[in-house]
Order: sequence, then structure tokens, then C-alpha cells
Amino acid sequence: MMQSLIKLRGVRTVFGTKVVHDGLNLTVNKGEIYGLIGPSGCGKTTVLREMVMLQDISDGEIEVLGHNLNTISISDAQKLRSEWGVLFQAGALFSSLNIKENISLPLKEYSDLSQKMIDEIVEFKINLVGLKSSDALLYPSEISGGMKKKSALARALAMDPKLLFLDEPTSGLDPISARDFDALILKLRDLLGLSIVMVSHDLQSIYATLDRVAIIDEKKIIYEGDLKNIKNSTNKFIQTFFRRDFEQ
Amino acid sequence: MTIYKKKIDKIKLFGVKEVDFTLDDVVYFDTAAAIFINSLREEFFQQNIKTTIITSNKDIVEALELVEKTKQKSQPLPQELKSTSLEHIGEIFYNYYSGFFSFMLFLGKVFLTTLSYLTSIKNIRYKEIFFEMNESAIKALGIIALTSFLIGLVIAYQSAYQLKIYGANIFIVDMLGISIFRELAPLMTAIVIAGRSGSAFTAQIGAMKITEELDAMRTMGFDPYLFLVLPRIIALMITMPLLIFVSDIMGLLGGIIVSYLDLGISVSLFIERLNEAVAPKHFYIGLIKGPFFAFLIASIGVYRGLMVKNDTQSIGFNTTKSVVESIFAVIVCDALFSIIFTNLGI
Repeated sequence: MMQSLIKLRGVRTVFGTKVVHDGLNLTVNKGEIYGLIGPSGCGKTTVLREMVMLQDISDGEIEVLGHNLNTISISDAQKLRSEWGVLFQAGALFSSLNIKENISLPLKEYSDLSQKMIDEIVEFKINLVGLKSSDALLYPSEISGGMKKKSALARALAMDPKLLFLDEPTSGLDPISARDFDALILKLRDLLGLSIVMVSHDLQSIYATLDRVAIIDEKKIIYEGDLKNIKNSTNKFIQTFFRRDFEQ
Repeated sequence: MTIYKKKIDKIKLFGVKEVDFTLDDVVYFDTAAAIFINSLREEFFQQNIKTTIITSNKDIVEALELVEKTKQKSQPLPQELKSTSLEHIGEIFYNYYSGFFSFMLFLGKVFLTTLSYLTSIKNIRYKEIFFEMNESAIKALGIIALTSFLIGLVIAYQSAYQLKIYGANIFIVDMLGISIFRELAPLMTAIVIAGRSGSAFTAQIGAMKITEELDAMRTMGFDPYLFLVLPRIIALMITMPLLIFVSDIMGLLGGIIVSYLDLGISVSLFIERLNEAVAPKHFYIGLIKGPFFAFLIASIGVYRGLMVKNDTQSIGFNTTKSVVESIFAVIVCDALFSIIFTNLGI
């Protein structure tokens, strides 16, 4: 029996009068890379935001690492936030801090490590995500989009989270960087034992990294499971989206 | 880990040839722990002490390997350059120096854009100008009316007490008329507008710069000076005298109320005395200051907006600077006017 880390049960989201989701059910298991896929505007990012407590749900239940987000206490929520890492679409690095300070911020705030130790951890994380140590003192406005993504990933990994949320990690990257990023995510999953939830549009990345996917369309989950059986689906979105085959 | 490091440092390792790390009882092991152990091993290695890891846990071995491999590939973090206080002072002065030139450059561009306005009447962005007039002046009428009314009230009330002692009640009209028309109304209006519209200009244009909207405009051939800068400056220059006029009226209204209640001067007597004692030139001088103050406030506000760099802190920094500098510039300008008008005998 696989251990489930995230469970959504009957989640309903309403913005004003517009119903975005109506009764979403999905389960993310331990150790897997789980993808949220769907057409633009179907609310993939919204689901991700709901999982990390940035967005309230109108109805239903979300359980993350054993905590029900509807009834979670403030202190439990704070603890939960230190157990996951989130990578935002545009990186969302703090623009007034350089890369090193961005990565060391959670370590400084939440641990009692010495400055020397923090520096060593920062050096390790910077090199782990494929940046160079010499980039450490650059500010977010001085680096490229790909470097921003990598730095943001290093920040998300700073506290060694069990769970990683990625919002379109390969968007805005060139194909080579995007494939490197895929390889990096797979490597990190194996080495650090991460579970990853990601929103993606990038078919190559979807085939290369994802273990299981949830496809959201028309306010519902229209498919949940692995990618092997997906082409048998009759849904119009799935057929158009997966028509091109990258499996080879 | 700091505590462990201290404990380890206390152990005397003289003559020790071999150290074993027994990690069999470890419950939780993350990369930070692996880094710690790795750096300890490096330290021992330099002292010619042999180290062995004893563990049956595969995850720990993998984590240690990962840390070691990454460490071998990576260079140490670069040191942050610390500047001396002399360099710091030099930097401050250089910033003022280059800031002055970039403001001159800005004024030059504003002037050039104005010239292009003059070549053809079609170039004038009426819609933007009227929009800005509404945003930064018409919507500010309420707050300007209220502050001017209260200032008039307070000044009248304070001086009524003094004038009563000498029985010079009627002179309150002279005092209020001249001080409000010449100085108080223009200054109060300028300060409110600097705080309200100057800061708004900086924040709007600064945010547009961060989101690259300004660059988008440039590539589409919409000159930001034509579309954003000049409409704001012109709108404020047109509306400022009107705002000062409102401020004049409201300030006097406050004065009239206090004169009536406190000094027993009727409204008709007040107005009659105002006609006699206060020459119209005082009123006009106040209004003339309007466009000058407006130009300073709007150009500093917009200039500060354009100076915003690509990070969020600089919006706050430049907005603060914008308000402080424009109020300061208005006061300096007012002082210059005082000297000029006095020498001209007006």
C-alpha cells in the first residue's frame, strides 16, 4: 500500500460567480512525480495554490502530509510550510536579496546553524541545481530566466522538503535547459526521496518526468493515472494534447 | 550542529589515527547533516586522520555520496566585497552628482517632447491630459478644501487671541488675506499634491517599468515621454492654479467663521475690509506660483518613477524620495519667489 501525501476530496472553487472546479478528487502518493495538466484557464495553478494554502476552497477537503487544511491549526500550518518547497512560475525570488541570501533566508530563520554551515549548505544547493558558486552574489535582476528558475529551485530545496510543488518549471526555458531541468528533477527525486507535484504544459517534460497525471477539464478531473493508457481516452482535450508522440 | 561542532572541537585528537562515524542509530538524515559530516571528514583528512563511515542505511550512504560528489565539482562561494567608509562617502557624492545630470537629461527630454507638441496640434494627448486632470486634481479637491479650511480656521483662531489684546480686531482681515493668498494657499496645495499625486506618479511609472510596460510602449513606437510624462506635467500645471483658488476660498471661509464668532466681525464687514486692505496682486501672486510648483512636483514624481530599478525595494525608495524632494523643491522655489517679488517691489 502506497502512502498518500496529498488527498483532494470534492474540492470546489468559485471565483465570484464563476465556478472553476466542481468536485475534484485526486491523490498524490509518496515518492512519485505527479502532474497537473489541462487547457489554459482550467485552474491547474489554482489547484496548486490551494494545496499550499494560498487559496481558500469553497467546498470539499484537502489533506496534505496528514493535515486537513480546513481545520489545521496555525502552528501546524507553520510546521507544514517548512516541510514543503514551492517553485513559482516566474521564480518569485526576493528582488532585494542576492541568490545566496535568497537561499539562506529559510535556513537563517528556521534553524540555529552557524553562518559557516549555512554557507556550506548554500554552496551545496547552488551546485546541486546546476548553478555556479560564482553566481551566488548576483541579484535576481542580473540573471537570466533559467538561472532564476534554478535559484528558486535551490531556495525551495533549502530546508530539504519532503514535498516539492513546481508551477510550470520548464516554461520560459530553452529546450536544452528544459531537458536539463527534467533530468535534475528526476535526479533530485531519487537522491533526496522527494515527492513532486507539478503543473506543466511541456509534453516532452511530461513524458520524461511524470509518474502519474491528473487532467483537469470542464471543472472536473477527466483522467487520473499513468501515461500509458492515456491515448485510449476519447476526451477531445486529451486527444489533441497527446496526439504527438514523444515516447518513441 | 553548532553545539556538536563545539563538543567535537573539545575532544583532544592528539595521536588519534582513525575515526569511525557510526550512523546506525540515525533516525533522520538530511543533506545538511551529510554536509556537516562531510566537512568533519575533510577536517580530519587534513590532520592525517583516517575516517570510516559505518552504516547499513542505504539512504545515508547515497546522501553522503551526493554531497561529496557535488562538493568536488563546486568552487567555494565568492567573498562579498566590503567597501570602506571613504568609498561609501564617495559613492554617495557620486550618486548625487550623476543624479543631477540624469535629472537634467530628463528635463532636456521633456523640453524636446514639448517642442514636438508645438509642431503639430495633433500630437497633444488630450485624452490622457484630461484623465490626469481628473485623477490628480479634481479628485483632490475634497482633501485640499478641508485642509485649507482647517488651516484658515487655526491661523485665524491663534491670531484672534493676540489681536484682541491690542484691540486691533479688524486687522485680522489684512493678516489672513495676505498670508493665505500669497503663501499659505499655494504651499498647502503644493504639499498635499506632492504627497498625493507626486507619489502616485512615481509608483505608477515605477511599477510600469518593473513589468516592462515602458519597454513594450517604446517598441510599439509610443514614446513614454509623450504618452506618460508630458500629460501628467501639463495636467498638473493647468489644474494647480484652480486648486490654489479653491484653497484661497476655503482658507478665507475658515477665517471668516472665526472672525465672526470670536471677534464679532460680520461677514459683510470682513469682505469690505478685504477689498480695501488686500490688493489683488497678492491673489495673483499666489496663483502664478501654481504652475511652477506643479511643474516641480510632476517632473520630480515622474523622474523618480523612471529611476526605479528592477527590484521592488526601489519603488518604495523612489516614492519616498519623490515626495521629500518635491516638497523641498517647492519650498526652495517659494523662497526664490519671495526674494524676486520683494526686489521687484510687488
